[in-house]
Amino acid sequence: MSAEAATHAAARTVPANIAATFAPMSARRLLIFGGIALIAGGMLFGDIFAVFVLHQNGARTGEGLLAVAQAVAARNPAAVKDEFEGVGNLLEDRGTKIDTHVHMTDAGYLALLLALIQPYVALSRQTKRQLARLFIAGGAFLPLGIFLIHYVGLAHSPFAAIGWASVLADSAGGLLIVALFGQVWGLWKHFRSVRAGTVEPELPLENSWARRTLLTGGIVLVLLGFLHGAWYAKTYLYEHEARETRILTTILNEAAANRIPTAAQSVNDYGTLQAEKAVMIAAHSHLIEFGLLAILLSFIQPYVFLSDDWKQLWVKLLLTGSVILPVFVLLELKIGLLAGGIADVGGLLVIIALVGMLAGVLRYSGRLDGEAGVAG
Amino acid sequence: MNSARKLLIFGGLALAVFGMLYGLHYALFVEHQTLDRMGGSLAEAFVQAAGGNGDGAVGALDSYTNTKYVYVRQVDVHSHWIGMAMIMIVLGVVFDSVGFAESVRFWIALALLVGSVIFPLGVLLQTLQNGGAVPSALAIAGAALVTVALGAVAVGFARQSS
Repeated sequence: MSAEAATHAAARTVPANIAATFAPMSARRLLIFGGIALIAGGMLFGDIFAVFVLHQNGARTGEGLLAVAQAVAARNPAAVKDEFEGVGNLLEDRGTKIDTHVHMTDAGYLALLLALIQPYVALSRQTKRQLARLFIAGGAFLPLGIFLIHYVGLAHSPFAAIGWASVLADSAGGLLIVALFGQVWGLWKHFRSVRAGTVEPELPLENSWARRTLLTGGIVLVLLGFLHGAWYAKTYLYEHEARETRILTTILNEAAANRIPTAAQSVNDYGTLQAEKAVMIAAHSHLIEFGLLAILLSFIQPYVFLSDDWKQLWVKLLLTGSVILPVFVLLELKIGLLAGGIADVGGLLVIIALVGMLAGVLRYSGRLDGEAGVAG
Repeated sequence: MNSARKLLIFGGLALAVFGMLYGLHYALFVEHQTLDRMGGSLAEAFVQAAGGNGDGAVGALDSYTNTKYVYVRQVDVHSHWIGMAMIMIVLGVVFDSVGFAESVRFWIALALLVGSVIFPLGVLLQTLQNGGAVPSALAIAGAALVTVALGAVAVGFARQSS
């Protein structure tokens, strides 16, 4: 074997100290796979929602509000109530989809976070595995239940105000809480015990380019998100609240005076204001979430079984997408739907990078299990 | 585990549990009523306007504005406490990679913890004392502490990398 081939082969062998931290079907492995899958799924859902639902929903909400104004002009309180019901329905549609996206990705973040603290959870392997399964199941069914709330409603429900989809979501939330309490119990046991070391090996902390870049990039993204949030709160929060009251007052007054064109203009202003608020909050929250994601992914880099070139590509793609999405979400107010499209591409870059890293972790698992002779 | 890491991980866990319990309490006992009041008062404003009752419309709109002011801040407080807690726990795992002396790392961790607690607390107090100086000062001081601490962590990571 040539020297180059020997070096290559050595690089493709899983080091024993790292292999010990990633045992087959261990809690950590389940949480890492499940966590990345939930984050990628949640982000894909968010991208689809942004492209196919968000703007259409906003336009229909504006139409609904205009219909309310027209009902006011016609002095028809019953029609006002009917139209408001329609607007409420649209807001529920939008709200449950945003909640689906947020809960799926956040459950993924929490799963990765739990994977990090497994060395400090003083429970048996079997119990830790069960808790990890419970957590991933809860993280999958909670967003599913939330998504279905709008479509299932109260159909066949024995309850007055809670539908079956809410029951599913609440039950899944219960699973998450049970799993989290189990983890906290394990942590408590660990730190109460006199045991000097951890209950299983800590995550290997390599000093690779990928890890350093994700760590530094992640903290910079969190910092930028925080600064943006502070700037928004100082500059726009109160102004937006005051403007909303002004616009609603104008709609009411103009509609009551039967000046529909002016009321319609104010309905447009209301839509613009909602868009301004939405992009500010989306930019703030996505910067911080992508920063957190980058930091979390820096920990699992030793498990991404790919060449350095591929690992660097996924890191660059992830950080590029993490900047493009919030920046172009903000620019949507200035350059319109083109910016929205570019922001969606940014989200797609993050998803591709995540799937690329997940493929690397899958390869790693296959390699590890192959070396250990694990079947199935 | 050194004191800075302990402070971040246990402080973060405690803050996360507190934030979740606060959110659970709010969701179970306050949120539904608040949302009903908010949606109801906005609809009522338009119904009153349709019925020709201008004063009733203005009153209902005021009620909507005040309810929403509190609702937005309550939700923000809950999510910011939990969000800051998650960042603290994650940073706690990797805090040894921050390239400063142990004592400096401890002060950065303490600034993160204190800022993460008092920044949302200030926002929460704004719902009790709208426009009050103390709540605003707390929120600004907390946000400034977190910002400076995060900046220091970024510099620390960069120092370690270089």
